[in-house]
Amino acid sequence: MRRLGHGGRIAVIWLLSTTVGMVLVAIFLAPILPPGNGSKQASGQQFDNEVLLLVSVAITAMIVVYFGYTLIVFRERDTKATVDGPSIRGNAGIQTTWVVGTTIVVLFLAAFGTYELLGGAGGGQGANPVFVPSASAAVLQPNHKPLQVQVIGQQWQFTFRYPSEGGFESASFVLPVNQEVELHVTSLDVIHSFWVPALGLKADANPGVDNVAYITPKKVGPVQIHCAELCGLFHGYMFDTGHVVSQSAFKAWAASQRQFVSPITKDLPKYDTHYLPDPPFRAG
Amino acid sequence: MSSLQKLLGIGVAVAIAGVLIGFYITGFLMSGPTAFRPPVSGSGASKTVDLTIQTDAAGGPTLTANPSWVSYFVRDENKQWHHSTIWTLPAHTRVNVTIYQFDGDSGLRNPFMAKVRGTLGNTMTVNGKTMNVLNPDDASHTFAVPAMGLIVPLEGVADNAKNQCGFGPCALSTAHQTITFSFVTPGKGRYRWQCFVPCAAGFLDGFGGPMQTLGYMDGFLDVT
Repeated sequence: MRRLGHGGRIAVIWLLSTTVGMVLVAIFLAPILPPGNGSKQASGQQFDNEVLLLVSVAITAMIVVYFGYTLIVFRERDTKATVDGPSIRGNAGIQTTWVVGTTIVVLFLAAFGTYELLGGAGGGQGANPVFVPSASAAVLQPNHKPLQVQVIGQQWQFTFRYPSEGGFESASFVLPVNQEVELHVTSLDVIHSFWVPALGLKADANPGVDNVAYITPKKVGPVQIHCAELCGLFHGYMFDTGHVVSQSAFKAWAASQRQFVSPITKDLPKYDTHYLPDPPFRAG
Repeated sequence: MSSLQKLLGIGVAVAIAGVLIGFYITGFLMSGPTAFRPPVSGSGASKTVDLTIQTDAAGGPTLTANPSWVSYFVRDENKQWHHSTIWTLPAHTRVNVTIYQFDGDSGLRNPFMAKVRGTLGNTMTVNGKTMNVLNPDDASHTFAVPAMGLIVPLEGVADNAKNQCGFGPCALSTAHQTITFSFVTPGKGRYRWQCFVPCAAGFLDGFGGPMQTLGYMDGFLDVT
């Protein structure tokens, strides 16, 4: 049997170490990668992170194996030798392998990332979202409608409007589990960013802009809300706790909120995806 | 002088410089608006805090560094006004708040903030009249502690009111609204409070100056 050359040996060691590394990462690290499984979109992001991590394992293993092999096999055994080795120029095999290999990795990551983004990743997509999950779902379920929630940023608190529940506004962020939610994120003053890490949701809140994001919560429980855009003196205090609850609990909460804030609901502007105060500025 | 003595001298000088720099940095980090402790009456379960504050269109030169800025003031048991917006309150204690509001109305940017929430009974009184909501256009400022779910809209003084106050701290003989409400402090912690009306007249869209500077239209409740 023909003995393997240096390239073949490096390839075999790399393949083995990559396989072991990927198995270890898949078993121990992948399940605890952020953002978790709080929503369909968060699960998608976690899958993306797993794929990126596995690709990184393969690349890291290649670097470590190549360096390790080189340092051990090609080391200068004569400790008294002080001369450099001969310079190597124009190795077509190595150059081709390097160019082809890195091109494949980069193109794969670009294609994978683009595909994942087009599938709806929990981020704000602007006023005309490319990915509209309800459009595909409506083909199967004619009555399918996502729950619409407007997120309104203001120095230094987010408030939430529920147009399909009577149009009331609330300081509490409450969502029903396993329900597709269509968020319309905007701001009344400066630029904010509505970030709910556990749901894999992040959307900029710009004044006069309707930034649409989709989310489908999968787990009942509290979720932390943060503003992710430096927005003034109390930006650091612009956080809150939202809740994902059962469908029935959501209905009950919506009913109680609707009643509690009914004295002010009539004074709110008619619901619109573009929420701007009138007059635009009160003071200053 | 021997080398050892020189070395010792340099070491001592460096140590002294280090201590002085440490004191300076500590002082810098610890400095800031001083906290105010409102008067407490009663004891045990019947303990209550009386928090009396006022809001003025212009803080005035007597107590503030920026006389033209809109500002809050807080009153002590001797009825002296102080320019502080960091207030120390005991935990799980009823706080009876009286706000003398001397500024004119400018309206709420978000009408939702006109609904009283988080106070006892989710109500307030305005000049003795119990209310749970204010006409959003009549609001001048708000007193809000978002982490406690507390918000109280403050009715403005009418534009044509007589004897309006020029500079704070304003005397009660000048035109004002009296707003009262109560709330119960939560557990220990630092809770920021703020005005939700961009009321910084003279600044871009009302967002600058006193809205972005601790000690004017926002502060902290240090619950201990």
